[in-house]
Amino acid sequence: MSVELDVFVGNTTIMDKEVYQLWLNGYTVNDAVKVRIEGGVMEECEASAEVLLSDTMDQYRTFQMCERLLHHPAKLANQLLFQIPPDRQAMLIERYALACQFNSLDFVIIQFQTFICISLFRYYAFDDLFVREVLGKKLSKGTKKDLDDVSIKTGITLKSCRRQFDNFKRVFKVVEELKGPLVENIRQHFLLPDQLARDYAAIVFFANHRFETGKKKLQYLTFQDFAFCAGQLINNWTVGAVDNMMEDMDVDLDKEFLQDLKDLKILITDKDLLDQHKNLVCTALRGKTNVFNEMEANFKNLSRGLVNIAAKLINAKDVRDFFIDLVEKFIEPCRSDKLTSIDVNLYLTHYTNSAHILDTFKHHAVWTRYMGVIKSCILRMYHD
Amino acid sequence: MPGKLKAKIVAGRHLPVMDRASDLTDAFVEVKFGNTTFKTDVYPKSLNPQWNSEWFKFEVDDEDLQDEPLQITVLDHDTYSANDAIGKVYIDIDPLLCSEAATVISGWLPIYDTIHGIRGEINVLVKVDLFNDLNRFRQSSCGVKFFCTTSIPRCYRAVMVHGFVEELVVNEDPEYQWIDRIRTPRASNEARQRLIFLMSGELQRKIGLKVLEMGGNAVVGYLQCFDLEGESGLVVRAIGTACTLEKISTFPATATHPNNSSPSKDMKEPGFGEEAPGVPLSSGPPTPLRAQTFSSFSPSKSYSRQSSSSDTELSLTPKTGMGSGGSAGKEAGPLKALLRQQTQSALEQREYPFFTLTAFPPGFLLHVGGVVSARSVKLLDRIHNPDEPETRDAWWEEIRQEIKSHAKALGCHAVVGYSESTSICEEVCILSASGTAAVLSSRFMQDGPLDTEHRFEEVVSPGCGFCHIPYDELNIPFPAQLTYCYCCRRYKVPDVLFTTIDLPTEANVTGKGCLIQARLCRTKKKAQGEGNATAISSLLPFLEYELHTQLMNKLKLRGMNALFGLRIQISVGETMLLGLASATGVYLTALPSPGGIQIAGKTPSDITYEQHISTMQKKINDTIDKNKELYEINPPEVVEEIIGSPIPEPRQRSRLFRSHSESSDEVSELDLSHGKKDAFVLEIDDTDAVEDIHALLTDSPTPAGFYSCNTEIMPGIQNWTSAIQMFTSVRVFRLNANLTNQGLNKIFSDLCENLLKSLYFKLRSMVPCCLCHLNFTVAIPEDELIQVAVTAVAMSFDKEQPLENGKQSGEKTLIKAITENDEQLQFNLELNAETSSHNPLSSPKGLSEVGSHLSARAPSVDYSSFADRCSSWIEQLKLKAHTIRRGSVKTTSSLEKASPLPEGRSRSLRSNRSYSGSSVAVVKMTPLSFIPGAKIIKYLGIINMFFIRETSSLREEGGVSGFLHTFIAEVFAMVRAHVAALGGNAVVSYSMKECVFMENPNKNQAQCLINVSGDAVIFVRESELESTSVQTQSATTHTSNGGEGT
Repeated sequence: MSVELDVFVGNTTIMDKEVYQLWLNGYTVNDAVKVRIEGGVMEECEASAEVLLSDTMDQYRTFQMCERLLHHPAKLANQLLFQIPPDRQAMLIERYALACQFNSLDFVIIQFQTFICISLFRYYAFDDLFVREVLGKKLSKGTKKDLDDVSIKTGITLKSCRRQFDNFKRVFKVVEELKGPLVENIRQHFLLPDQLARDYAAIVFFANHRFETGKKKLQYLTFQDFAFCAGQLINNWTVGAVDNMMEDMDVDLDKEFLQDLKDLKILITDKDLLDQHKNLVCTALRGKTNVFNEMEANFKNLSRGLVNIAAKLINAKDVRDFFIDLVEKFIEPCRSDKLTSIDVNLYLTHYTNSAHILDTFKHHAVWTRYMGVIKSCILRMYHD
Repeated sequence: MPGKLKAKIVAGRHLPVMDRASDLTDAFVEVKFGNTTFKTDVYPKSLNPQWNSEWFKFEVDDEDLQDEPLQITVLDHDTYSANDAIGKVYIDIDPLLCSEAATVISGWLPIYDTIHGIRGEINVLVKVDLFNDLNRFRQSSCGVKFFCTTSIPRCYRAVMVHGFVEELVVNEDPEYQWIDRIRTPRASNEARQRLIFLMSGELQRKIGLKVLEMGGNAVVGYLQCFDLEGESGLVVRAIGTACTLEKISTFPATATHPNNSSPSKDMKEPGFGEEAPGVPLSSGPPTPLRAQTFSSFSPSKSYSRQSSSSDTELSLTPKTGMGSGGSAGKEAGPLKALLRQQTQSALEQREYPFFTLTAFPPGFLLHVGGVVSARSVKLLDRIHNPDEPETRDAWWEEIRQEIKSHAKALGCHAVVGYSESTSICEEVCILSASGTAAVLSSRFMQDGPLDTEHRFEEVVSPGCGFCHIPYDELNIPFPAQLTYCYCCRRYKVPDVLFTTIDLPTEANVTGKGCLIQARLCRTKKKAQGEGNATAISSLLPFLEYELHTQLMNKLKLRGMNALFGLRIQISVGETMLLGLASATGVYLTALPSPGGIQIAGKTPSDITYEQHISTMQKKINDTIDKNKELYEINPPEVVEEIIGSPIPEPRQRSRLFRSHSESSDEVSELDLSHGKKDAFVLEIDDTDAVEDIHALLTDSPTPAGFYSCNTEIMPGIQNWTSAIQMFTSVRVFRLNANLTNQGLNKIFSDLCENLLKSLYFKLRSMVPCCLCHLNFTVAIPEDELIQVAVTAVAMSFDKEQPLENGKQSGEKTLIKAITENDEQLQFNLELNAETSSHNPLSSPKGLSEVGSHLSARAPSVDYSSFADRCSSWIEQLKLKAHTIRRGSVKTTSSLEKASPLPEGRSRSLRSNRSYSGSSVAVVKMTPLSFIPGAKIIKYLGIINMFFIRETSSLREEGGVSGFLHTFIAEVFAMVRAHVAALGGNAVVSYSMKECVFMENPNKNQAQCLINVSGDAVIFVRESELESTSVQTQSATTHTSNGGEGT
């Protein structure tokens, strides 16, 4: 004796936000029922476990049906399968517009017809813990196979890990082929709010360049640190950063720029230039900080480190080590000298500006473009 | 050449990928009507093709226009192999043929494939130019309006009610043709879908012709059904009520109700002296329910003899104590004569004074006699000649004749709330018909006689008149306890009233009502052919009797005295019979208060047994008290004393026995003169029965805040909000083999109860709410499977303010919705703006773009005041945006501040949504004939759709539940899309008439057939209507306010 089939379909789709979260978190139906029972729904509504199970299965089925649409969010705009009353839609649109920080509001109003935007946000939301594990890894089958380890390590269910991973991969696959600004593309195709789109852009960017993020020395950095840095790189060092109209996309770094970076080597190979630079910086810094002596002593070392990173970036292999290099060559020495982030800021500001005063140094544009990103990345990464 | 059909294919979207190599599709469209086909160009390499075709014109007879659907097929062009079909759209153009309905079909319609489901959408435009044709011998009936609604549609007035129309057409089922062995499942499904579309078109046309002949212009309460008879064919039959309707114009009405004075032909006064054929009136249940089982079956096979069957039945009759419909032999003679007459003229049809209506214009329904029903078991045989469906016609003739005679016996000249149904298992078919015997006013009837007596009564007592007995007190057709009406004290009323109609709006009701169900399972031996039919025939009376007893007990248990909307469904399977009776119980003020239920043991010697009985008695009494409180039943008890009643003991005294085994000798005790007990007595013979009764009587109560009924409205609730949620729920239960009757009963009862519980849980967010029009359908799709399908609508109401007007309550729901959404959206508030505010390069272009886009958009919207609001809103947003950009405020905090948004802004957005052309319009669906808080301003035509879905990858689609869930959701989506294309925003009187589900898990296959129908309408919120007279600016507010509904 058993219930063979059990469905409930409403003219307007009923979605329980609590159950949705459980589904996203990868709970099985039975586990979800347990959680709900503990949550006290039963007493509230005079329901039995049987009723709860039926409801949970029904909700899970609805989510699975939605999932197909969620994979192609652009279709959501005018899908007919689910119906949501207009007041709710309006509310969501409003909230959504605010969440998107008013960018392309018009797009939102026209395109956002369904309540599924809720589900969409949540469906594409990810755990920072999880993304930290796979950031910079190739989004391949191999990585997917290792997800059970990630699941154990982070305590996130394997199902949820897989969903998050597949989301990364799906976004990656779509934007890989597209021209134009990365964040905008993600937002257009997946209807994600600005912040989430930026995060995805970072993930895609990291996966594309396979940045090393897993080393022990980098463990102290959060995903948001990396996402910030990715944003900097995307906005300044890619082809799209220079010219929005360019045919190329901004997933790849600007090759010409990387080539030009080699010219910066003069700052450390030319002895005169190096000394001159040091003097200028020291003059500017003197009396403004308690750690002047350490800065002065370490100047050549630090400068070499930064310029060498620049010079190496033309090799794809060295690009991967960008963050580890920054930590080893700059952040760690500064930290051992007990520089505060204010000190670092001061130092980098003068270090950057002084180079422009050097008479024999001609590569001002490249220098600005390089140091702007380096400075903001280091400042972001300079914490415990 | 009386009609020109024009179609234009505009575009497609979301098409599936048909070419794996390019991940694209080269789509084109075939447009077919009748035998003419047009094609669009191929639109290469796109999933969103823009065909923008010319107008394809079909010049056709209006007969074809009525019969044929417009067939649109979307295909993928393939240079080397055959073109692959993506899917189809069938468009019923009937709504375009009536001047008062829709004028154009235009919109996005889902492209449907029977194997893959919905595969994208297509945008089409369809129009019809009709030329006037005054040919008297025409075969078409264009212009006759059809309504599923079983009352006079809201924006019409009935000038005349002509009466019953019926028709059936038969054909071979394509699924069972020899060709089905060699064609693909898709081809077979499509052949079936197309055939049923054609047959329904033809049926509708034929019914329309009958209506025209009767002088009517509309069919109300149109009920169309399919009988999938398997090998023996496919029957599509329909019944309805022909009317002459007049549109209520916005101007003050000029026409008055015509009072015809010419002599009557069709509506004869009921002659009590007339012979009521073969109905023994002495015995039967002590209520007006006359569940007459006409249990003869007449096999079409030539070798079988009717005599044998009637023998069985006759021997059965006295045992059950049920009235029997006499022998089939007796009735065979006049029937044949009738059959011959039937073909002659439609006038003869009016031999059946039947009405499919369940609600009536005021003053139309004078008296209600009680439920009349008839069933008959038939053996199916192949339909040899589809053009002469005489056998099927004759079967229904028999049943209708019987119903008519039952009504006569109740002193009634008409049957209202009439419906017909079938249940088929292999070659056995149970035909059922039921209705409510009634006396109607001649006011709406053509050539009706002036009946002064009834006239008089009607004036006297609008709230209780219908309860007054129509039959002769001295010649009561069944034992009933009569009292003087508790309202007017002038006429006699029965103690209990069972009806199939809706509660008349003018009826005096005490308290609230509730859903009452009787559920029953009976095992049956497996048998073949005639033997099987005989076995079923002999089981039927028992089944009906028990269902009736259950209903009665449950009614008493709730302290109520009348049932409305009674629907008894009997389903036949190979090894069991299933009976489900649903009705809405109410306490009619005019009827006497029901007595309690008393339990009596048969063996009073045992003390423990006595104790057991007394505890149970106490439980029952407690339940009755609790129910009375729950349903607010507190009738004025004083009446009796004040006005001396000529009937000494008004309370019910009778005995009912649970078990039939001993009933034969005790039937006589049903005689009223014997009973001196105060209450309704239940006698128990053994402990099994004790438990049984106990279980039966303790249906779990509805949770707080919920009410339920199977009628249109719930008495005692008026202040509906605009929140409605229509839903369909289906459950299939697998049974173990070798269950006893009692075990089966329990399982079946639990199944229904659990289903209800699940519904309450699902809809808990709508509390306080009432589940209206709860329509249960049971089926036995296979041995050991029970399928229960429910379609209903949940409607919220305001508890606190009982006399609140719609506008304010609408406001309330709005606020509620907002707070709810606040909750729902908590998660996206977590996004904080830290990164972007730190980021010097976060593009400032976004904002300016927004501004320009919107200001460019605003003028294109006609609602100027809205545009103002919108732009002011944008300005506020801009301000907010600036604060964020400066980095002084984190987005999180600004969002928090923004959450209690001023109404104006949210409204402006809302109105933008509901009027912007690109939006997907919201279409409401309800099984009721109205939408709370709204006025239906136009009926766009009938929606009658039939879909088949099949899969051979059941597991991959989420098993049976996943498969059916998707399919039902798709059916809803298609109904909504078609309604929207007609220009409508709601479907009323929606029903899912067929949901046949078959599975073969071993082969990973499943198939499902769904038939839905309803009336497409345009409604406007009452608040909107008010505001039209006010100035424009406030109108905008009202409109957006009204657009609120869920």
